[in-house]
Amino acid sequence: MQMQCYRQGASLYVYLDGELDEHTVAEVRARTDLLIDEHASASRAVFNLANVRFMDSTGIGYLIGRYKRLQRYGIGMFLENPNAGADKILSLSGVYTLMPKI
Amino acid sequence: MNRMILKFLSRSENEPFARNAVAAFALPLNPSLSELSDVKTAVSEAVTNCIVHGYRGTEGWITLECTVEGSFLHIMISDGGRGIEDVERALMPFYTTLPDEERTGMGFTIMQTFMTNFSVQSRVGEGTTVRMSMDFGARAEANAQ
Repeated sequence: MQMQCYRQGASLYVYLDGELDEHTVAEVRARTDLLIDEHASASRAVFNLANVRFMDSTGIGYLIGRYKRLQRYGIGMFLENPNAGADKILSLSGVYTLMPKI
Repeated sequence: MNRMILKFLSRSENEPFARNAVAAFALPLNPSLSELSDVKTAVSEAVTNCIVHGYRGTEGWITLECTVEGSFLHIMISDGGRGIEDVERALMPFYTTLPDEERTGMGFTIMQTFMTNFSVQSRVGEGTTVRMSMDFGARAEANAQ
């Protein structure tokens, strides 16, 4: 799982690339949390899922966990470009009410 | 009637192997991309359960059995792990025994929603077996009507 990010003004952009499941989640969770702590002054974080080729409920858990961490800093979370498969479980799990798709 | 049986250790690195093996096995049924994605997700949920709940902190065998019957793909995934105390409760959306680990309690709900048929059998101390099927003919029939 690859992760890239850049900061533009008050926005933090996170690009995830790969498959998000039980096998990959621990490492990407740790890296994302370091990133969030570094950018505590941001006002919003946008997670781009265009290159997430596979995601199951472990991925949903990852997103909700990051949402909670961002919330502690008062940073809003948004999701961008999930593929059809990811979109289906994101909708089913109701996470778009926490982190809107933009 | 085509059939396959795989047996692998409950290591998370085997998750992509399991879901991709099932997807490859299903190809002769001419699935759509979204059907394949649904099957892969359901398999991934079931295998995650074996690893995270069934064999929690230990390692054991997971058996994955697939059978093709007409337009149906039947999948059976079983472990010899700790089993589920209250299956009815485990099936409730968002119920999880491990809330501190960022578990969503969505696994069984996803399997039930994505697959045509779904059932789970479990005995404490003996293990859990999930059976689920996908009817790849359902979409073709719907299109024809």
